[in-house]
Amino acid sequence: MRPFRSVTSHALVLDRPDVDTDQIIPKQFLKRIERTGFGEFLFFDWRKDPGFELNRPEAKGARILLAGRNFGCGSSREHAPWALQDYGFDAVVAPSFGDIFRQNSLKIGLLPVELPAGRVKELMARAQAGEELTVDLEARTAGGHPFELDDFSRECLLEGLDDVALTLRDEAPLAAYESAHPAPISTLLI
Amino acid sequence: MGRTLLDRVWESHVVRRADGVPDLLYVDLHLVHEVTSPQAFEGLRLAGRTVRRPDLTLATMDHNVPTGDDTPVDPLSELQLATLARNCEEFGVPLYATGSGREGIVHVIGPELGLTQPGMTIVCGDSHTSTHGAVGALAFGIGTSEVEHVLATQTLSQRRPRSLRIRFVGEPAPGVGAKDYVLAAIGELGVDGGVGHVIEYAGPAIEALSMEGRLTICNMSIEAGARAGLIAPDDVTFAYLEGRPGAPKGAEWERALERWRLLRTDPDASFDRELEIDVAELRPQVTWGTNPGMVVPIDGVVPDPASIDDADTRAAAERALAYMALEPGTPIREIAVARVFIGSCTNSRIEDLRAAAAVVQGRRVHPAVRAMVVPGSAQVKRQAEAEGLDRIFVDAGFEWRRAGCSMCLGMNPDVLAPGERCASTSNRNFEGRQGAGGRTHLVSPAVAAATAIAGHFAEARELTEAHA
Repeated sequence: MRPFRSVTSHALVLDRPDVDTDQIIPKQFLKRIERTGFGEFLFFDWRKDPGFELNRPEAKGARILLAGRNFGCGSSREHAPWALQDYGFDAVVAPSFGDIFRQNSLKIGLLPVELPAGRVKELMARAQAGEELTVDLEARTAGGHPFELDDFSRECLLEGLDDVALTLRDEAPLAAYESAHPAPISTLLI
Repeated sequence: MGRTLLDRVWESHVVRRADGVPDLLYVDLHLVHEVTSPQAFEGLRLAGRTVRRPDLTLATMDHNVPTGDDTPVDPLSELQLATLARNCEEFGVPLYATGSGREGIVHVIGPELGLTQPGMTIVCGDSHTSTHGAVGALAFGIGTSEVEHVLATQTLSQRRPRSLRIRFVGEPAPGVGAKDYVLAAIGELGVDGGVGHVIEYAGPAIEALSMEGRLTICNMSIEAGARAGLIAPDDVTFAYLEGRPGAPKGAEWERALERWRLLRTDPDASFDRELEIDVAELRPQVTWGTNPGMVVPIDGVVPDPASIDDADTRAAAERALAYMALEPGTPIREIAVARVFIGSCTNSRIEDLRAAAAVVQGRRVHPAVRAMVVPGSAQVKRQAEAEGLDRIFVDAGFEWRRAGCSMCLGMNPDVLAPGERCASTSNRNFEGRQGAGGRTHLVSPAVAAATAIAGHFAEARELTEAHA
């Protein structure tokens, strides 16, 4: 995965709650078998509205997205964080995230930052006033506010670690588990 | 301190636990479909890795298969389906392809084949994997990177979620069922109320539900933000599983029952959060907005955003009403629909089709409505046909189609036209979910069937001779 250390950029403000992954990347784009090329379809339906936030001139080049609560709820499609990252975003700051979206983002190096709702609103006001913001993973701060992220996820992001390779280092406990726990089913034998 | 069902299943699957890192959990069953797997298999190929346990992996085709008898597959879907077939062949993963007779929506075929069993851990690159929790399995949706991780290692790194218990008590009124329970719960919790939690559904009203009803409830856990839902297995579960192809047989069945009966939450166990819902107070539920938490009883009216205190929630409600082309105060029953969809991993099982057929029998679909039934699996389709349900639907003017996800998410040709309004038994009423510009209202199979006949939201008991 792509390592993440810190990003400084102007931010796009998308101040609405419960933005679901169907909006981030609609279903007709999930037929691709590649991981890349989703950015141009980001928020495909909403972008048809000329007034949509992503269409405003100040959105151009933004690498930080400031969003409302429960961002990325709904479908498990990793195509949603792929589309955000492919479009150019490196971090999303919101009061909360859909669980699967958050996990998917961590796996690809798109940093999901959780801050209290009031602080996200404050960052939105600063961004709308033209201020550039910094999201710093090493310091665990966003726009100067400290945020929480567990050490393990932080380390994986900072180093861009391949977590399949990490797990495969645990072959001994894995083999021990498998020999102690016979499989309850076999999909090959039904 | 007592242990919860979640604790029991979780603890028995920890492969490795260490300070400061998530638990490494073993996965007992990994379900795979065409949409979220191609990039995962490609990742394995690029790294020279294999599928660790093809015997714990099962693939099917569901999301973008056409459900009409002669509908052609579009080239991109065809490539995606062919890619799944090729990947399964190359990596030795069993595949129930379209036409095999065992294909269907991944969350319908798992329980139907008896592969979904109490106490297991089950994952799939699909958020409605929560469905399988209905048998007492810890089941949750994952993204494609995690699909790759499970293919390669049969494990996942996970932090234990918090626990939330919803107790359903009371006796439901006629016409009120599992879909109404779960929609009401989401309405109460909100679409983010379950974030970070696993929901255990308990109480006498849950115990009184069939397996199909329980699957419907757990299916929609994710719509409250919870990655998984759980119901303790009991005699209903065991009777459902016994004799299915993947279920244990003979002496093994007896041993399995002994283990499964221990899968319960202790009376003194504590939850991070608890909620109680009296189902006697519920009426059939209908969503009015663009997420499943925007829901009211069928007797209700479209709410007025002006009555909402929180500014963000109010703005979201205003946007939802504009998208749905609805005015505050409109009685739900006066809203006319153009389409009715009975299907999806939420409500496409045999009991759902029986409930809908019972309403439809001897009546005609309203002339302004196009209605379709899409069985959840090839097996459900066969069983329904053996029971004559297909004739009831077809005689009433419904389209009777082949198994698949279909218009739940509209990846295949089954989509709403812009502006079309649909009563749907599926799980998401997001903007554009069933087709760009489409307007979705989530309901139970019984309400969907009655609505198809009446042409507007209705219950079976309102249908008169005039509808025959």
